[in-house]
Order: sequence, then structure tokens, then C-alpha cells
Amino acid sequence: MASSQKSPATAAGPNVEEAARGSGGPRRLAERWRTLPMLPRHLIAACAAMIAVIALTSITDPGANLRLASIGFYMLAIAGLGILIGFSGQVSLGHGAFMFIGAYSTALFVIHMPMLPLWLNLALAVVISCLAGLIIGVVCARLHGPYLAGATLALAVAMPALANRFSDFLGGPNGLSFVMRGTPPALSDMVSNTQWQAWVVWLTVLIVLVFLANLSHGRLGRQMRAVRDDETAAALSGIRVARVKVTAFVVSAGCGGLAGALQAYLLKTATPSTFAVALSLSLLAVLVLGGLGSLWGALWGAIAMVYVEEWGDSLAHALTLDTNVANNLPHVLYGVLLIALVLTWPSGVQGILRQLGNALRSRGHSGNGTTSVPSTQQGK
Amino acid sequence: MTPSLTDHLLTADGVTVRFGGLVALKDVHITVPPGSVVGLIGPNGAGKTTLFNVLSGLITPDTGTISSKGHRLSGLRPYHLANHGISRTLQGLNLFPGMTVLDNVMTGGERLAKTGLFTMLTGLGRFERDERALRGRAMAVLDELGIAHVAGAYPSTLAYGVQKRVALARALVNEPELLMLDEPAGGLSSEELAELATRIRDLRERMSVLLIEHHMDLVMDVCDHIVVLNFGAVISEGPPDVVRNDPAVTAAYLGSAEESDDE
Repeated sequence: MASSQKSPATAAGPNVEEAARGSGGPRRLAERWRTLPMLPRHLIAACAAMIAVIALTSITDPGANLRLASIGFYMLAIAGLGILIGFSGQVSLGHGAFMFIGAYSTALFVIHMPMLPLWLNLALAVVISCLAGLIIGVVCARLHGPYLAGATLALAVAMPALANRFSDFLGGPNGLSFVMRGTPPALSDMVSNTQWQAWVVWLTVLIVLVFLANLSHGRLGRQMRAVRDDETAAALSGIRVARVKVTAFVVSAGCGGLAGALQAYLLKTATPSTFAVALSLSLLAVLVLGGLGSLWGALWGAIAMVYVEEWGDSLAHALTLDTNVANNLPHVLYGVLLIALVLTWPSGVQGILRQLGNALRSRGHSGNGTTSVPSTQQGK
Repeated sequence: MTPSLTDHLLTADGVTVRFGGLVALKDVHITVPPGSVVGLIGPNGAGKTTLFNVLSGLITPDTGTISSKGHRLSGLRPYHLANHGISRTLQGLNLFPGMTVLDNVMTGGERLAKTGLFTMLTGLGRFERDERALRGRAMAVLDELGIAHVAGAYPSTLAYGVQKRVALARALVNEPELLMLDEPAGGLSSEELAELATRIRDLRERMSVLLIEHHMDLVMDVCDHIVVLNFGAVISEGPPDVVRNDPAVTAAYLGSAEESDDE
């Protein structure tokens, strides 16, 4: 849940850090961290991440703030997809459709009901995407593997087409553009618009990530993994398999929808081309790249999502490539990265980091204990 | 000594199952009284596992009823079973490969978990208390079976005999009144077999057991009552001594031995 900050101090949270100076050491600190109840542990991690985001935005330029915020909403979308695929074992190729629903809901609310406060707008976008997830989850509950993937792929193809079909209402290929309030007037001297936006995005994302972390470490996460691994044994244990699968769909749709809503808030537009099939496929690719079965994996995936595009563009510039080639370079990079990683390290970036962490720890507790925050207990 | 039928933990009455033209079960009656160990035996393909699947809601019978403690379980689904205080192990173990042994066993304790969706998302309220209680119970069961030391391991890293005990632990953590075991002795060493016999006798103090087993010594040793299936029909039943000396049983086993002798 914490941010990209990997220094031990920030990951463990400031108050814990102070305690460390007084007594014990990193090892004892790690011990205390692990015995903390789950909720405070996740809240502390989220607070630490928020502080890290605020600190980061204070030293970066507006472009970097925007990228940081993009990492935030992509992380949310990828984490939601991770719940669906990594936990409940349902492979969806249509996650972008829920981002589409969230983004267009937010856009329509801003345009038609401008008096709604932002939080209510976002909450409504979540409710609408959850409903969509419920419907699709119920319809798909009996589909497995490639059939489910095919059905959700159809969803990813169909959704953006809606914008063209109902172009009066949804704006056609140009989508919807609108105005969003930026930094509140009282703070406008100190906080730039992009800083404020990054904070709003990350605050929202971190709140939801706390929910997801709770979910994945508790009974619901266990039910989902049981359903993923063996439906018969799960049912015989008393788990309502279909209900758990639908729940996973609803949770994942809600996350996707909120991510789309935040994207709309950030870009002040919702266009169909943003949510093309390529988005859904990229989300799946970076999820695997980051590592399934852990929220940290979603962070690495989100960073890849934002920066592979960046690097692709700069590489194309540096090589002065034709625009047709340049546009497809990020996809090529994804492909190469994914193939290389799946061949060498199927558990993704998070898998590599966990193994490194375990290796370091077993070599005599050399003081990095506090970084092993919540993902250590994950399945897979 | 003989409890009334309404106390019986699980009763199948007149159960018939057809797979296409094949009659897998033919008007089968079986019942498990409280505090008893009932054995279900028969040659391969006799319909033992099919009957287990009917009793646990995995297969809906064409005719016949399933009841528990005098209540008819119509529309029985597998996830209802746990709520009736019935646990079942599967012949293929079906452990959750992506979960640790502890998580496997905790999943078996679903019946005892009460947390709702709100609690599971927010981690508030009874979340922590319930998780700790369930983890404690799961560890206690693992300890009872002598495998607490593998709680953090993944099933595929364990020996087969240990995996079987994990599957048993997953069924026991629910504190069932009836435990259904599908070939608990299959693939075990002779030491493990002796241990299993002792364990089943111990479990009998706390619950009833219904088991499918090919290992005759074990069945004759631990069962109070034995039901013999052949070609989907009950051909004999009674206490071990009666069944052992029933010519129909001998004929069924010898007859089938000529055709298939896998186990």
C-alpha cells in the first residue's frame, strides 16, 4: 500500500520510526510491526504513503505530478484487476470497460450536475461501476478460463463503441470535456493545481487500497483464493462459490470504475480512444509484470504502465522513428518485458523483490526488516 | 442403544442416480446414527463415491431423499453441508495449492466465521477477534494431528501422508458432527495406517464417521456398521462379522477381481 518509497523509514511510518530511535532496533521494530493488528498496520502504511506522495510532489514539476497521479489511479485499476485474477482466479480482458464506465459517469455528473461535490461524484461513479460489475459478474459466473476471457474481451470492445453510438449524450469520438475545480482558493498560494490533483488522487487510492489490503488478508481473500484453487473443495468447506466470484467482480469493477473516474478528474476529459482494448490488455500485462497476488505488484505494474509509455516515446524520439513505428513502440516494449519476465521470473517484479528480501533476511537480519510490510503473508 | 431416526446425522433413502443409460445407484438406503463409524465398501465402480457425491450435494439424485436429523435436505448444495455440521474429504485431497497449510485449514472453518462483507472490507469490529480465534483453532487441529510444524508450508512441498492429514485437518476444523472420509487409507504406509485406525476410534468419541475404504483390515477394525455396494445396489449390510461372512460380498469381490483389480 505504501508508495514507491522503499527506504525503511518511510515504509514503516513516522511514529514507528521515532520509537525505533529510542529502543530496540530494526529487528525488534519489525517484530512489533508484524504483531500489530491488521487494520492499524494498513492505516499506518497508507498514512506513510500519503506523506511520501506529499513530499514527492513538493520537489517535482507539474509533469511529474501528473505522472505520479497517473501511477495512483493505474495502481488502483491494476489492484482491482489483481483481486479478480490473482485472488478469485477469473481472467478478465475487459477491465478497461469499467474504467470507461467510471470516467464517463464522472464526466456526465460534472456536466449535468455540477453542484455535486467531488467525493460524491466519485462515490456515485463507484456505485455505477459496481452495479455494472454485479451484472457482468452474474452473467459470467458460470464461465471459466478462455470463455470468460472472451466474454470480457467483447465487453472491452463494445464499451468504447457506445460513445460513438450515443454521440449526442456521450460526445462521440471526441468524448466529453469539462471543467474541474482545482486547488481550493484558501490553499492556492501554496499548492499548485497539479499538486492538489495528485494528492486527491492518491488520498482516494490509498483509502481504497486499505480496503483491498483488509480484504486480501482476511476471510474474503481466503474464500477467493480457495475458489480460485479448487471450487469443489471450496464449496464443501461451506463457501458459496458463485457468490464469491461475483463479489470479486464487483470489487474489481468498483476499483476500475474509481480509477477511470480519477483519470477523468485528472485529465478533465473522457474519450473513447483512451479506453480501447489496448488499455484492458495493457492492464493485464502490467499486472502479471508486477506480480499477481500482492498489492505491491499493482504498484510496480502501475509504474510500468506510466513509464514504459514515457520511455517508448523518448526512445522513438531518440531514434527519430516514423510515427507509425513510434506509436507501437510501447506495446513492443511491454511485450518484450513481459516475455522476458515470465520466462525468467513468472512471479513478477514483486516475486523478485520478495526473494531478494528473503535472501537478505536470512543472511543475518541486516536491518531491512521494516520494509517487509504487508505482502509477506500473501498466497502464491 | 438405538437412537431414533430423527437423531440420525445423515440418511439417504431410495436414492437412484442414472448417468445416461448407466444406473450408478439403484434405490440405495444408508444411514449414519450418532456416535457410530459406518463403512461403505464395494468393488471399484460400485458407486461409493457417487453416493458420497449425492450425500454432499455434488450430484442431485434422480429419485430419493437425503435427510439430516429428521429434516429433509431438498435442493442440497455442497456449501450447505458445512452448515449441517457435516465435513467431507475428497479422494483426490483437493487441497488449495496456492495457499499455505494454515490457510487451507482456516478455509475449512468457514462455518464458524461470522464476519460480513462490511467487516471483511474495513477490518473493523470482530474481524481481528474472529481471525485470531479461527487461526487458533486451526493451529490446535494441526497440532492434534501432529503437523503444526508445517503450518506455513505449501501443500505441494509435503509428503503425501502429510497432505492427507492436512485434508483431514481442513475437514475437522469445522467441528463436524459427521465426518465423511473418502479413502482415508489410500497411499498410506503401514505405520500411518495404524495411526489412522487409532485416530478414527478417537474421533468416534466426538463425531460420527462415514468412510469409503478399500483397506479391509481397517474397515473391519474401526467400523460399527458396514454397507456393501455392488453395481449401484446395496448387496449386504450389518456389523463387520456379518458382512465378512456374507457369501454375496465374497462373490461380488471375486467377481469383480476378474475384471479389474486396480486397488
